[in-house]
Amino acid sequence: MKILVAVKRVIDYNVKVRVKADKTDVDLSNVKMAMNPFCEIAVEEAVRLKEKGIADEIVVVSIGSKACQEQIRTALALGADRGIQIETQESPDSLSVAKLLAKVVEEEQPGLVILGKQAIDSDNNQTGQMLAALLDRPQATFASEVVVDGDKVKVTREIDGGLQTIELDLPAVITTDLRLNEPRYASLPNIMKAKKKPLDVKTAEELGVVVKSGITLLGVEPPAERQAGIKVSSVAELVDKLKNEAKVVS
Amino acid sequence: MSILVIAEHDNQVLKPVTLTTVAAATQVGGDVDVLVIGSGCQGVAEQAANIAGVSRVRVADHADYTHQLAENTSKLVVSVAQGYTHIFAPATTTGKNMLPRVAALLDVNQLSDISAVVSADTFKRSIYAGNAVATVQSCDAVKVATVRGTAFDAVAAEGGSATIEAVGEAIASQRSRFVGEELAVSDRPELTAASIVVSGGRGMGNGDNFNILYALADKLGAAVGASRAAVDAGFVPNDMQVGQTGKMVAPDLYIAVGISGAIQHLAGMKDSKVIVAINKDEDAPIFQVADYGLVADLFDVIPELEAAL
Repeated sequence: MKILVAVKRVIDYNVKVRVKADKTDVDLSNVKMAMNPFCEIAVEEAVRLKEKGIADEIVVVSIGSKACQEQIRTALALGADRGIQIETQESPDSLSVAKLLAKVVEEEQPGLVILGKQAIDSDNNQTGQMLAALLDRPQATFASEVVVDGDKVKVTREIDGGLQTIELDLPAVITTDLRLNEPRYASLPNIMKAKKKPLDVKTAEELGVVVKSGITLLGVEPPAERQAGIKVSSVAELVDKLKNEAKVVS
Repeated sequence: MSILVIAEHDNQVLKPVTLTTVAAATQVGGDVDVLVIGSGCQGVAEQAANIAGVSRVRVADHADYTHQLAENTSKLVVSVAQGYTHIFAPATTTGKNMLPRVAALLDVNQLSDISAVVSADTFKRSIYAGNAVATVQSCDAVKVATVRGTAFDAVAAEGGSATIEAVGEAIASQRSRFVGEELAVSDRPELTAASIVVSGGRGMGNGDNFNILYALADKLGAAVGASRAAVDAGFVPNDMQVGQTGKMVAPDLYIAVGISGAIQHLAGMKDSKVIVAINKDEDAPIFQVADYGLVADLFDVIPELEAAL
């Protein structure tokens, strides 16, 4: 089975973003970028399925400017076999990404598409679901366990009340939750080898998708600042403050 | 303006987050209809009909919708979407699972987790783990959005008198099947709706030590949450996780115990009215957002706090 994994280049998760002074957007100049943590988990899961003999090829796709080839190389170093970069302007919207991925899926015919459940920049949590809808394929979102059995896959999902298990017929789309696995680190020899792995570049036009958005970003503002609080020295003082000053406990 | 709100329920009880989603819809203005999708959910439809400000309740009641799988429920929503300018669902795992499929089938984008209604086509939402608030305008024919429950005040659950009508054909989910579920059982209030939340982090040390938080929570009538570190370490189940990738809470009082305050955790709780931090590391980032901080060993002060209340 072929597995397709979509990865996104985003700001490193440890970086605290700042809003630009003119409040048009967040300031991404000179900040550290990395692979979206949920995408790393998706790559890891695909590699594990290959190690189990379930997958025979892993194709990794990223959409954006040339810079995202860095994240494709990272995925190749982690064990993916080849990469595809789809050249577009920076950060197209989820629907455009889903349409581009749908074209790649039609070409590649993977048995499984694995994506992260959300990107930590836009926090949308949409692409996997939209892709599944466009392909009319079943989906398992927020996966914390994936068991492939023949032409079916059993997925445990993290839902609000606990866990839910569903079974899908392949081909299917899965989005990863944090607890699915612990991604490995790429070793130096694997990073060197990854440089030789094939990486195709396509454009949105070649795939016949018009990247546009029905959504316009009007502005960005920093979140409301919290007033600096005080340190109390004892439990008694804390209880007194909560009862008499904040009045949140009676 | 005509808005369809998708109800959150478990086939028995309408979940309170439906009321906050209706509140967001009411701010858009116009007729608000509620769609109940489920099986044996007539009781839920009646509860929905009582919600203040709802004009119609539309019910798709069929065994195929028992577990609200995304594949068939999204098609059902599209089949009843005709005529609506807005389709809203709560930003719960059910809403997040299904609504992007609806948007894609309608060939429109989706706005995720909106926290304010500026106008009928302009909304606010948090990005970058809550470190920026974006104002976005949609020119799509239908505005499809999930609504952050903690950002709106619930409308009254009583006082409405909406009509109830059956809609939609049964659509079977052929290539996706429900196998089973494991739901956490708790007598404490629901995390996202509780007025007080007590949360523990890695500093709790192990799962058994959470018992002192449970005792404190029961004294306060509070829900118990956790940081990702506590969940990953296996101290507590994942449905207790508060943060960017867990639940968003905004209680009157949030007590963070043994939690350092990583960006991802703060994303889920920094809209709380009053934040208390108890941590023995006085440099922990949590103290930068806490209204009241106590630098002390949690194992000394939590039992003391419980006794003092």
